[in-house]
Amino acid sequence: MEQIKDLLIILISSSLVSNVVLSQFLGLCPFLGVSKKVETAAGMGGAVIFVITLASVVTGCIYKFLLAPFDLGYLQTIVFILVIAALVQFVEMFLKRYMDGLYQALGVYLPLITTNCAVLGVALTNVQKEYGILQGTVNGFATALGFTIAIVILAGLREKMEWNDIPESFKGMPQVLLTAGLMAIAFCGFAGLL
Amino acid sequence: MNKCVERLWNGLVKENPTLVLMLGMCPTLAVTTSAINGLGMGLTTTVVLALSNVIISLLRKIIPDKIRIPAFIVIIASFVTIMQLLLQAYLPSLYAALGIYIPLIVVNCIILGRAEAYAYKNPVLPSLFDGLGMGLGFSIALTCIGLVRELLGGGEVFGIHVMPQAFTPISIFKLAPGAFFVLAVLTAIQNKVKIEGAKKGKDVSKIQSGCNSDCMHCADSGCSKRLIEIDEVEEIKEEK
Repeated sequence: MEQIKDLLIILISSSLVSNVVLSQFLGLCPFLGVSKKVETAAGMGGAVIFVITLASVVTGCIYKFLLAPFDLGYLQTIVFILVIAALVQFVEMFLKRYMDGLYQALGVYLPLITTNCAVLGVALTNVQKEYGILQGTVNGFATALGFTIAIVILAGLREKMEWNDIPESFKGMPQVLLTAGLMAIAFCGFAGLL
Repeated sequence: MNKCVERLWNGLVKENPTLVLMLGMCPTLAVTTSAINGLGMGLTTTVVLALSNVIISLLRKIIPDKIRIPAFIVIIASFVTIMQLLLQAYLPSLYAALGIYIPLIVVNCIILGRAEAYAYKNPVLPSLFDGLGMGLGFSIALTCIGLVRELLGGGEVFGIHVMPQAFTPISIFKLAPGAFFVLAVLTAIQNKVKIEGAKKGKDVSKIQSGCNSDCMHCADSGCSKRLIEIDEVEEIKEEK
């Protein structure tokens, strides 16, 4: 029971309270770049959930069974980034070969996540907070879920804003950043949740 | 020597990674809660950038073309780890303030971008100055953003109180939303410069807004560099 409560707390705090984009600023590039339409945003979110959850499992295992026993913790940055980049490419090749439906849905987004800082960020946070493999996986899933929530909301807002009359120099990026800022204020409200 | 000065000028002003090219936005937003943090992050990145540029330039004839990206990543990650250990030992307060963003320098697209675009093709000395110029341009931009946020959010400059008593700090500028607002204003100014420049017929193609313009096709720039090209693997399979 205690453990389930623990996992629930990780789930809520990683997805809502300290949202990966809006309070930690990780994965900003896809957040700003692929949020023009709700549909593509949801696809990106799905791909991120898939990759980060998988990467948390793999990096968790590598840290526990390879780096920690041999006292090689200082190699984590080098090992994690290579493993993650290779993993994403491997997943892409695997999907392309054997699971065409899933590849059609997620494939185009996978290259964008190869060296996404959110993936490495989650792997490093898991080590820093001394999470076990299960906790780390839940943390990874929750972080990616938070990313998906944020990017889908932003895409919805951007679809509505498309035809708004705003000053010339605020069109494009500045308008999106202002929206993201307002969303960040809203997400600050979750701070009282835990 | 002329070329080295040109590289410095290029990184500092002409192709400033933050203010003109809009690269490496994650650390820019995350660590600029104060000017000193911005400066610390900027200088750490500068050291990594300059040293990895030097090593990549030295090894440019040895590294095979096909596995250059993993080779770059290993070199960059090694320097990041060295800097992380040095900061932990000698500047623990900065290490604590920057936290997870130090190891994340590895995925800063400025570094991989410079390795790919410059160091892999040019001799050692210009590559060193290219790295220094880009890094210092990044540091200056980060320090300025940090200054604005610190001044508005706490009424301080480098930790010294400067604003008059009557000024109430707008503490939101020190929090996450403030980062987005400061960057929004910055990009708005950039847009303005771009529009004015285009009216006068100047070449503004260098001024970008990071990945936002066309993220889906940025396979050739930093963020989505592949370890190996998948098409090549498919070709090899078909040949067999």
